[in-house]
Amino acid sequence: MSERLIPSNPSISFVVNGEKRTVNAPGMKRLLDVLREDLHLTGTKEGCGEGECGSCSVRMNGELVNSCLVPALQAEGATIETVEGLGEAGALHPIQKAFLECGGAQCGICTPGMLMATAQLLAVNPHPTIGEIREGLAGNLCRCTGFKRIFDSVIAVAAGEMNAEMEHGTGGAHAG
Amino acid sequence: MRGNADAHELIAPGSLAGVLELIAGAPGEWTPIAGGTEIMVAHAAGRLREKKLVSLWGLGELRFIEVSGDSIAIGAGTTFRDLRSNGAVQIDAPLLAKAATWIGSIANQSRATIGGNLVNGSPAADSSPALLVYDAEVELISIRGKRRIPYSSFHTGYKRNAMAADELLYAVRVPLRFERHKQYLRKVGTRRAMAISKVALAGTALLEGEAVREIRIAAASLAPFPTRLYQTEGTLQGRPLGSIAIREAQDALLEEAKPIDDIRSTAAYRSRVAANLLGEFLNELLAAEAHR
Repeated sequence: MSERLIPSNPSISFVVNGEKRTVNAPGMKRLLDVLREDLHLTGTKEGCGEGECGSCSVRMNGELVNSCLVPALQAEGATIETVEGLGEAGALHPIQKAFLECGGAQCGICTPGMLMATAQLLAVNPHPTIGEIREGLAGNLCRCTGFKRIFDSVIAVAAGEMNAEMEHGTGGAHAG
Repeated sequence: MRGNADAHELIAPGSLAGVLELIAGAPGEWTPIAGGTEIMVAHAAGRLREKKLVSLWGLGELRFIEVSGDSIAIGAGTTFRDLRSNGAVQIDAPLLAKAATWIGSIANQSRATIGGNLVNGSPAADSSPALLVYDAEVELISIRGKRRIPYSSFHTGYKRNAMAADELLYAVRVPLRFERHKQYLRKVGTRRAMAISKVALAGTALLEGEAVREIRIAAASLAPFPTRLYQTEGTLQGRPLGSIAIREAQDALLEEAKPIDDIRSTAAYRSRVAANLLGEFLNELLAAEAHR
């Protein structure tokens, strides 16, 4: 790792989860690594590192992208949403609640990407058919093969079940 | 990550003119990167040889879809998400809209561009068979100006193309004269999402009664680059379509196809499946004619 082509790293600024951030990083550093190493946003996971598995999915300018395939320089000026921006402990996003209650999360590696792909799908298409759900998540692989429960989670959140529960304050674990 | 981000330089001049001047000043030295869905894979694997890269991402001048009198012009920086969701593309170039839906996944489609797909020059490129059967043109640009060539003469060999060292792909133009043609496109891969084609076949045809008045057939993964199957077309041109003509066309395809064995499939499988796809297309034509 000693080879160095450029004397200094460019300054790259973008908005992550509503907050403006600036990093000094090589233009060809992967957005995934900038998020995890420079910004310590380790919710975004690396799976395959070649754009096949979707574990590193984040939203960039309102589109789903594999952050392992985005060079940092191309994120200049972008608006980025990671799983950390979705919700937090004690104030989960309805999508996160649905994955918890429907058993959509197992080992957890694919989960942040699944959540972001679901967020993207529902932003574009709030009431997807099962076919549209399958297509929307087709780039996200679950090695635990928990796809049925993942799709059930998306169906539940699209049906508004999680919103209703949040409103009624009965978000307990009754599924099972 | 086996690659080293420090070992590469990436710059973003921020305008098309800036990129063209840069590459004209040092022809062949700078490698353009658009959505990065190919280059970043090589980078992560530590096999990206290109040291100096120039970003095309975010250049509005390359990201457009415009319908003019007789063609639809698609900027090279148009993503497959743009393509699949564009009404004009869906109506006027449905095979291209269809191909755009099966490239990679949603996350790949929001980054991968049509220009990148063509310049990368994979024999399996998803947008190519459709563009070939639509008689598309490509428009190249440099500081010297623009020029147009038929897309069918763009690829000149495996991962080689007709662009000069100072040129970029500017746009793809699809003529608007296939409305009455029967159109066909099918890709065979390992699974529906994410899989690179084992083989894909596209066709456009116009029948007069049972006679084939016009036909174009193109394939991916049957040659070192996506190609029209002119000899196969020739066996059908002007002939009444029937079971004998279909069988002869399939034989011609088996003769004309030059696929290889690789990690995704075998030459024998690719040829056989391509012939079957051709049979499906031609039988659909025949059935449609019978129902008229």
